[in-house]
Amino acid sequence: MTPGAPPTGAVRSKSQQKRHNRYVIAPLVLIGVNVVLFLVFFVWPGALGLIYSFTDYRGVGRLNFIGLENFQKLFADSTFYAALSRTFIYTVFSVPLVYVSSLGIAALLVSKATRGRTAAKVIIFLPWLISPIVVGVIWKWMFGQDFGFVNFVISTLGGGAVPWSSNGNLALTVVIFASAWGGTAFNMLLFIAALKNIPEALLEAAELDGANAWQRFRHVTLPGIAPTSFMVILLSTIHAMKEFAMIQALTNGGPGTENTLIVQYIYKTGFEQSKVGYASAASMVLMVVLLAIALIQLRFNKKKG
Amino acid sequence: MATAANLPPAVAEESALGSEKAAAGTVKRNGREGRTKLSAPLTGVLWLIVAIYALPLLWFILSSFKPGSELFSYPLSMIPREWTFQGFVDAWERVDFAQYFLNTATVALVTTVLTVFFSACTGYALAKYNNPGTRLFFVCILATTMLPTEVILNPTFSVIRDLGLYNSLAGIIVPSVLTATGVFMFRQFFLTVPDDLLHSARIDGASELAIFFRIMLPLSRPILFTLAIFSFQWRWNDYIWPLIVLNDPKWYTLQVALRSIVGAENIDWPVLLGASVISILPLVLVFAVFQKYVLNADVSAGLKD
Repeated sequence: MTPGAPPTGAVRSKSQQKRHNRYVIAPLVLIGVNVVLFLVFFVWPGALGLIYSFTDYRGVGRLNFIGLENFQKLFADSTFYAALSRTFIYTVFSVPLVYVSSLGIAALLVSKATRGRTAAKVIIFLPWLISPIVVGVIWKWMFGQDFGFVNFVISTLGGGAVPWSSNGNLALTVVIFASAWGGTAFNMLLFIAALKNIPEALLEAAELDGANAWQRFRHVTLPGIAPTSFMVILLSTIHAMKEFAMIQALTNGGPGTENTLIVQYIYKTGFEQSKVGYASAASMVLMVVLLAIALIQLRFNKKKG
Repeated sequence: MATAANLPPAVAEESALGSEKAAAGTVKRNGREGRTKLSAPLTGVLWLIVAIYALPLLWFILSSFKPGSELFSYPLSMIPREWTFQGFVDAWERVDFAQYFLNTATVALVTTVLTVFFSACTGYALAKYNNPGTRLFFVCILATTMLPTEVILNPTFSVIRDLGLYNSLAGIIVPSVLTATGVFMFRQFFLTVPDDLLHSARIDGASELAIFFRIMLPLSRPILFTLAIFSFQWRWNDYIWPLIVLNDPKWYTLQVALRSIVGAENIDWPVLLGASVISILPLVLVFAVFQKYVLNADVSAGLKD
């Protein structure tokens, strides 16, 4: 690339030296601020978290190292397992739903057979503008047990009121729907861009070979958008694993603490009970889980590609 | 039917064999008459999905115009029987909303300007200077997407406190400046700018930084706008940083304030509805004006690698 640019003048060594300096110093100046921010707000807290996880730090005073005690307690803590497994359940349902809905809608919006695509795109994109907190509020309002629109419609149709907030699984279902509603818009844009990049000629060739619509989708479109699919799944998985704000507004982890997800668990132990050391140990476990998910998906992607 | 007549023999044979789907697909692609034929069911599906996505938002916004007494009185009606702005007025006056609005706007605007500028600098350096330093930093930035702040809440709080940023708007602004997406968007863009442009500017004797500011930065205007809107949305809707950094209600941002309303024992729904709708408005306005920079942007560019 650039540093290997052919020298132009006859005076080589001097100008090359000068250039070398320019090529090292200029990019340093350009990335400087972000390097500092990276070190201060990513590396420093990361390292601090690792240190905290081996102490019984409670937010004030000196660090008192207690070895692996936090981790031992953590792996015997049923509320931690409950939060972690609830987070996995949430992720396992929410990610496929987001994937299917954003890909499906993108396919409809790219297809030339549908009418009013621009308007439809704008409307479906609107939830992107809405903050996770307000998404939580909107769905709380829709699914209110005694006052919500959904239960009103159900009771009008002759059904009984559905316990959307007092039944743990139903409450999580609402959270999953809300996450799909809020998460579709952006991924849909990614898929629209990817679908438009599939060469028309490929689809036509498949058609000439007698492939039906589903076969074309399965064997031409899906492989064609594989990199985007991979990215959407990876980003949505990480997003789901760290879901926090929307749940804070929608159920606050309820009913009771049944749907407390892992970040909320960390927040509660770390800030409300100020067990900083213990919460940091939980953070480290979550970090390892996220890293493992990323590595597994990377590997999976490589094998397929 | 437009099928067999205008198709290559092979396909005609296939569709004659009764592969209905293949025939339908062919019509969709080739025939004008076929287009209207196929558009009806698919358009129906698309607009059904649009309706499903629009309903929660529509219900929410219409509810915010209802007086408190009507909100919970069965039978519910979609359109308010009596229109009122009381919820908005109450939200604005009772909750010190003007102050939160101002805080949020300050944070969103200042952070956006800084994010766009430093992302452009970093993205350019990562795209056009290929040396071990920039390559390493690229991996570092990638790592920030895998291990987000949500995972290290407590240590991040300690860092903010030790830097003296606790309980100030600067404490939200400074850490939010570095974003992986922003950097990747600019990097991807500058990778597409031919190196020849750089070489000829160097031959003309321009300094490295002058090349960036005079030539490259103006070139990247479309990306600049896209990231500006993204960043404004991220910061306007952010919950986690304000939650960690702010304690004094006079610095609250909208999201933290909304959360405190929805987290109350008895939720004041008229105020909550009004406040939520007000909090969405600025983003809707920004989107209305700049939507082409969002909807037409190849957003995947920044995220793809």
